[in-house]
Amino acid sequence: MNTRLPRADFTPSDADEPFWAATTEGRLLLSRCESCATVIWYPRPFCPRCGGSEVTHFPASGEATVYTYTVVRKARGEYRDLTPYVVAYVELAEGPRVLTNIVDCDPADVHIGQRVVLAFDAPDGARARLYRFHPETG
Amino acid sequence: MTAFIVGAYEHPRRDIPDLSVAEIHAEVALGALADAGLAPSDVDAYFCDSDAPGVGPLSMAEYLGLRCRYLDTTETGGASYLSHVGHAAAAIALGKCRVALVVMGGRPRSLRRASGPDLSGAPETHHETHWGITDTVHNYALAAMRHMHEFGTTSRQLAEVKVAASLHAQHNPNAFLRTPVTVDDVLYSPMISDPLHRLDCCVMTDGGGAVVVAGRDVARRLQRRSVTVLGHGEAAKGTGTGRPDLSYTAAVWSGPAAFTEAGVTPADIDYASIYDSFTITALMALEDLGFCEKGKGGRFVEDGTLVAPHGRLPMNTDGGGLCNNQPDNRGGMARMIEAVRQLRGEAAPEVQVPDCRLAVVHGSGGRLATRSSAATLILGREDA
Ligand SMILES: [Zn+2]
Repeated sequence: MNTRLPRADFTPSDADEPFWAATTEGRLLLSRCESCATVIWYPRPFCPRCGGSEVTHFPASGEATVYTYTVVRKARGEYRDLTPYVVAYVELAEGPRVLTNIVDCDPADVHIGQRVVLAFDAPDGARARLYRFHPETG
Repeated sequence: MTAFIVGAYEHPRRDIPDLSVAEIHAEVALGALADAGLAPSDVDAYFCDSDAPGVGPLSMAEYLGLRCRYLDTTETGGASYLSHVGHAAAAIALGKCRVALVVMGGRPRSLRRASGPDLSGAPETHHETHWGITDTVHNYALAAMRHMHEFGTTSRQLAEVKVAASLHAQHNPNAFLRTPVTVDDVLYSPMISDPLHRLDCCVMTDGGGAVVVAGRDVARRLQRRSVTVLGHGEAAKGTGTGRPDLSYTAAVWSGPAAFTEAGVTPADIDYASIYDSFTITALMALEDLGFCEKGKGGRFVEDGTLVAPHGRLPMNTDGGGLCNNQPDNRGGMARMIEAVRQLRGEAAPEVQVPDCRLAVVHGSGGRLATRSSAATLILGREDA
């Protein structure tokens, strides 16, 4: 994936380590409650719907649609000089709506309902890679 | 409920490089007490948010010289002060305290402090903070874009909220922005985060405000006209298990709770103070509070509905957060104080709602597209 946007620059806490370790292998891990079958986002070691504590993990398919988005034209910090860029909620095929960026496209082409595909930043040896999405091609 | 707002004070300044936040707290606290005709020694309950300087409520309660038997630091962002008043009214009804002082203030303008919560240490932090949502407006823009998609709301309709605020602000000598603007002015202002323009965003101001809440026994012996707290509701909305629905806000819960407690309906309301951190914030609150059908907020605000004194629902007659004041990046207190002015008949003459008997004050806090709070108060004229 080609993006000018910043890479992950943080050290995951112990609790979050398995999730972010999977991103370095190119997988977005989702959590499922074994009691009520809810796919939970963001990840946590219990189910916020039923209180169940048996939670298993599986990789997302990577297919999603844009639920909503914004083209950011004025920003701060490490994003200040990277405008315009697209922030979006994408709805994963598995259900959760996830905050992310839509990259590898003209921001003007992004629209609600658009089909997008998961991609990770290129590996760089860091302990986490950010999950982003780009429009489905072809 | 049996509680009354007996004093209110909004700091007159909007850019305060020369005072500490503690000094601003003191000025507005003493201002509200003087307005009520009370002294610090009359206060036995203190309410503040987490931006109050020092250790919880302790430093400021000491600084102000209070002896308190009731303390509350409920923190729900800009809605906090409406919750404080609701909690104070409940505590007074239970006999836990008699005179409650609710105080807020801050200096984001002179300290160049960005708005928005500090998520470091929060469990959601790494799933929300790395994608360039560097300003609160980026988050609210996600909700605005979805509202336009689901309901056909337009930028012109959102702009009507700003236009009404600006028409009111020209009559407020303390307002930060006093020049009336048109729909086109909003549309041609720079796009900050699609679909929100610069003029869809509230002002960033230094300042603060305070109110005094007391029981009937206290209110009765004061000279000033007081305002009755008739109903209160509050709620929080998050992303649940990860399926946020951006079509509504927590006002769908706080509003009915407040209206039910007061025994009134939106049709009974003469004046509305509605949180307007962005134009979309107010528009969605109007829908969720029941002033119009869900999704029809855009249509509702057209044709001068919100413009005082003769619009169908005069709103934010001080100029709101969009033009008057959003001290400490938190608008709930300033909105509440304008409702008190309306119910006392002390708003600017050009925008005073005739025979104003019943007002709604609605606040929100946090961030609309992720997790946000709502608090609603129904306030009545002394004889309501
Ligand atoms: Zn469960």
